[in-house]
Amino acid sequence: MSDPTPAPPAAAALVAAPPRIQVTRLLSRYGIIVVFLVLCVALTLANEFFLTWGNWANVLRQTSINGILAIGMTFVILCGGIDLSVGSLLAISGMVAGSLVTGIHAHNPVIAILAGVLTGTVLGSINGLLVARLSVPPFVATLGMLSVGRGLTFIYSDGMPIPNLSMGFRYIGQGDLLRIPMPVVMLLAVFGICYFVLTYTTYGRYVYAVGGSEKSAKTSGISTRLITFSVYMISGALAGLAGQILAARTTSALPQAGISYELDAIAAVVIGGTSLQQGGVGSLVGTLFGALIIGVINNGLDLMGVSSYYQQVIKGIIIVAAVLLDAFTRKRQQ
Amino acid sequence: MNVPLLHAEGVAKSFSGVPALSNGRLTLERGSVHALCGGNGAGKSTFLNVVMGLLRRDAGTIQIDGHDVDFASPSQALASGLAIITQELSPIRGMTVAENIFLHREPRRGGFVVNYRRLNEQAQDLLARLRFKVDPRARMSELSLAQTQLVEIAKAISLDSQILIMDEPTSAIGEAETDILFDAIRNLTSTGTGVIYVSHRLTEVFQIADRYTVLRDGAFVETGAIKDIDRHHMVKLIVGRELSDEFETREPVATKGAVLLELEGLGRAGEFANVSLSVRRGEILGIFGLMGSGRSELLSALYGLTRPENGHMRLDGKPVQFTSTREAISAGLAMVTEDRKSTGIFPAASVQSNISISDLREMSRAAVINRPRERRLVREMMDRFRIKAASPEVSISSLSGGNQQKVVFSRCLTTRPRLLLCDEPTRGVDVGAKREVHEFLAAFASSGGAAIVVSSEIPEILAISDRIVVLRKGQIAATVPGHEATQEQLLHLAS
Repeated sequence: MSDPTPAPPAAAALVAAPPRIQVTRLLSRYGIIVVFLVLCVALTLANEFFLTWGNWANVLRQTSINGILAIGMTFVILCGGIDLSVGSLLAISGMVAGSLVTGIHAHNPVIAILAGVLTGTVLGSINGLLVARLSVPPFVATLGMLSVGRGLTFIYSDGMPIPNLSMGFRYIGQGDLLRIPMPVVMLLAVFGICYFVLTYTTYGRYVYAVGGSEKSAKTSGISTRLITFSVYMISGALAGLAGQILAARTTSALPQAGISYELDAIAAVVIGGTSLQQGGVGSLVGTLFGALIIGVINNGLDLMGVSSYYQQVIKGIIIVAAVLLDAFTRKRQQ
Repeated sequence: MNVPLLHAEGVAKSFSGVPALSNGRLTLERGSVHALCGGNGAGKSTFLNVVMGLLRRDAGTIQIDGHDVDFASPSQALASGLAIITQELSPIRGMTVAENIFLHREPRRGGFVVNYRRLNEQAQDLLARLRFKVDPRARMSELSLAQTQLVEIAKAISLDSQILIMDEPTSAIGEAETDILFDAIRNLTSTGTGVIYVSHRLTEVFQIADRYTVLRDGAFVETGAIKDIDRHHMVKLIVGRELSDEFETREPVATKGAVLLELEGLGRAGEFANVSLSVRRGEILGIFGLMGSGRSELLSALYGLTRPENGHMRLDGKPVQFTSTREAISAGLAMVTEDRKSTGIFPAASVQSNISISDLREMSRAAVINRPRERRLVREMMDRFRIKAASPEVSISSLSGGNQQKVVFSRCLTTRPRLLLCDEPTRGVDVGAKREVHEFLAAFASSGGAAIVVSSEIPEILAISDRIVVLRKGQIAATVPGHEATQEQLLHLAS
């Protein structure tokens, strides 16, 4: 290669590409935000109460639990897996914490919360071991944990709710920090930390890499098993945290708490553009807006007095439509 | 028979305003093998995808048997007698060989019950007729890459189409299987089938093709009869400038350094046994073997992807035993794998992420990535390997095969290895990029590193190796000096 290579014409053309392409790129990247805004505008026009601070505090409070579950789910799905057990882990974690803050020997709520989160973390780690170490398919491993976790919750509580949780404990569900409801503060904190981890740290990059191609990740020197294990642990820990918030919000730990919550969490992730088919594609910002869309739909339909039977149908249709729209913009972009 | 089987002219296709193909042109006659040549990014794949209906063209005409066609999907093309063997293999891994070959065309009982006995018989007959050594009842997931490719070829041939497109059909198979394939192609053309043959291996093109068409930078350059052109001129057409020959024999480094890697009786059940060899700094050791000789398995074991069961391995005199690829990388090893798509790249990620992933740990403090440093490293590597990409942020999947391979090499270099393991480093890579890879390997060796290169392309291995180890059925059959060995000798030793 003695003579200099001339600049390839294709590259030159790319550099001079018209800005119009950037717009479609932005739209496909942030299409989910557009969907969210359109929904908000529609609901504002449909109901004058929708755009009030009181209602929004409500929407955000409701979204926070699903949002936190969905953030954990994003780690798992990005890594090419799925976690069906989050609803059950949420319940048992809330139950463990609830049992520690009531009765004569009530513990400090901080200890109770830590114990609750730890419960979720340990059970999530078992998911991780099953998938990463014993190569159990994620769907099967976490389906098993869905059942085991729920069963343990009933055994532990003898099927009875634990009511009247202490004031200190209730703070994380019902309190405010600078006029912002505590659940929302928790959601934003979790989002901020996880966003940073996924975007700016080596660990985050490895999660994307393992999901994108496990074999290539191995060739590149990444401990794929450790990464796979860790995402289930994270998902379990966040389910544990969500369990604390739910119990605090409802003032009692319920054995049937969180049933089918995994479905809304998966829906939020998928609406947010993280791919179930191919790991390593997606973002946490998408997940946040995915959770917000679900929250806004629920709230809007409530406000308009739509019966809960119809609500389910409408919610399902909107979820599929949002994903279709996203797929459509992506296809057009190609 | 004046009407050609296939005639395409002025075919153009752009992606988001960037032209990938501006003037695709090709005329295929009945009973002939037409070689479509060009470097990576010349527009060959785009052209073929348009012909097959995988992509819609922006302009141009395509005629089959003199009739205008515009396929909206590959199934339409198939119905019109066009079949393709793509470069990217896409078997259904859970199915058997026979099920894959006759997918959607299974012999049935009563309309909808699959007749498995006949299915297997038909597959057996087909494979026997083609002399492909593959068990029709084996699952695709059990097959090697080479066998998978043979199955895809058999499947395309079994369609009995009048036009068969072969895109790099020999990229994963060895010389012996290539000869068998060529016999099969000659049988096909004798019955009037037209074959469009795409390969970076010019030796093959001159062996099998009757006519050629060269594309460069998305446009038609020249067409003619193979007998009227020589290799030198062909290389010039493809590259667009003077290049001596495909392979330049490497000048061996005058004084070799100390022994870097030493293997003593290394073995792993069912893969390879009793492998003893040494590699010095400054040396390129070639490993040649037919499929099933254990060549890739040996590299995997060295790199810590699998664990050797017997024997010892010493690096710089110290005994080592890697339990993970991370340990191998920290010890100064790097590997370029055979199957770039599934074990080399991260197809959904950017060029930047693909390059930096192995070295992120080094570029971060408390796990937070130093992004400016990452970008600098990526820029440096992209310049060094002359990776053609619009920006480091574009997806690696948008790059040509040669550029993807350069990205893989870049990643290997980020961890500053002393021993480079390369499994088919120029598979599916054009003449120009191939040469760059060879130059890089030579430079790597002369700067004090060492490389072990597995290649099933004999001219390549002859040109770059100081010594060649020939593997046969998992054992070392012979070790020969690189510049004294001949094609015949290697084939003889390996089979």
